[in-house]
Amino acid sequence: MEKKAKKNDIILIVVLIVAALAAYLGILYFQEKSTKDGVAVVKIDGEEYGRYSLTEDRTERIELPDGSYNVLKITDGKADVTEASCRDGICVKHRPVNRKGQSIVCLPNKLVVEIENGEEAEVDAITH
Amino acid sequence: MTTKKIAYLGLLIALAFVFSYVEFLIPINLGVPGAKLGLANLVIIVALYTLGEREAFLLSMIRIVLVGFTFGNMASMLYSLAGGILSFAVMVLAKKMKLLSVTGVSVLGGVFHNVGQIIVAIFVVETASLIYYLPVLILAGTLAGVAIGVLGAMVTKRIGKIWM
Repeated sequence: MEKKAKKNDIILIVVLIVAALAAYLGILYFQEKSTKDGVAVVKIDGEEYGRYSLTEDRTERIELPDGSYNVLKITDGKADVTEASCRDGICVKHRPVNRKGQSIVCLPNKLVVEIENGEEAEVDAITH
Repeated sequence: MTTKKIAYLGLLIALAFVFSYVEFLIPINLGVPGAKLGLANLVIIVALYTLGEREAFLLSMIRIVLVGFTFGNMASMLYSLAGGILSFAVMVLAKKMKLLSVTGVSVLGGVFHNVGQIIVAIFVVETASLIYYLPVLILAGTLAGVAIGVLGAMVTKRIGKIWM
């Protein structure tokens, strides 16, 4: 009886560790999959201008009617604004985005680059 | 409850409270919220095997309320309650099925304590992606459960003799 219970304990522990590993691998797989589907959506003054998949590298020059522009560059699955006509250049300084819900905003040009699909943004911190 | 039982239960409640305080002093940070050794669970295991289910449940609930009011807040108490109740229910079930030894029961307790907390966290923060923590929490719960279970079996064996 005692011995059998000990054996069951070990089976339980092994099953739990395998389950944890399987869940971990599963999550990795889904994360990768959802990152692959990531799309950078460019909106100007609230209107959608274009959607660019994060999977292929490209450089897109977005021209606005009034002559101002922003350059959207997609490399290594990340979207970044590398050049812009605006004075403050906040959008250029902003670090590249690749997670769902992240965005780069250029207020002077009323341009927003937002990531759709893709992996959800990580939690910054949790307090108890 | 006999006087002896009451005294013994009081002793265990105090011990569980002190263990919680010790753990509060030296938090083991694994980079994942909710992962800890769960020293207090050692006392609950011992109570479960030497006193009984009702007494052990009482001990678990009193400990959570005491610790919540002393070191925590309403939110942390909510997490503890969810973890504590789920973990206790699973441990009692596992004990009744008589398939596992003290170590196995403790492992299940550790794992489900974490599962209970993460479920509450998902509802509180409204972020399903917290489920990503689950594999690490299952692993952490298993390891902590083994440590506590081996200790618990040793203590139960020795205390059981004095108590009975």
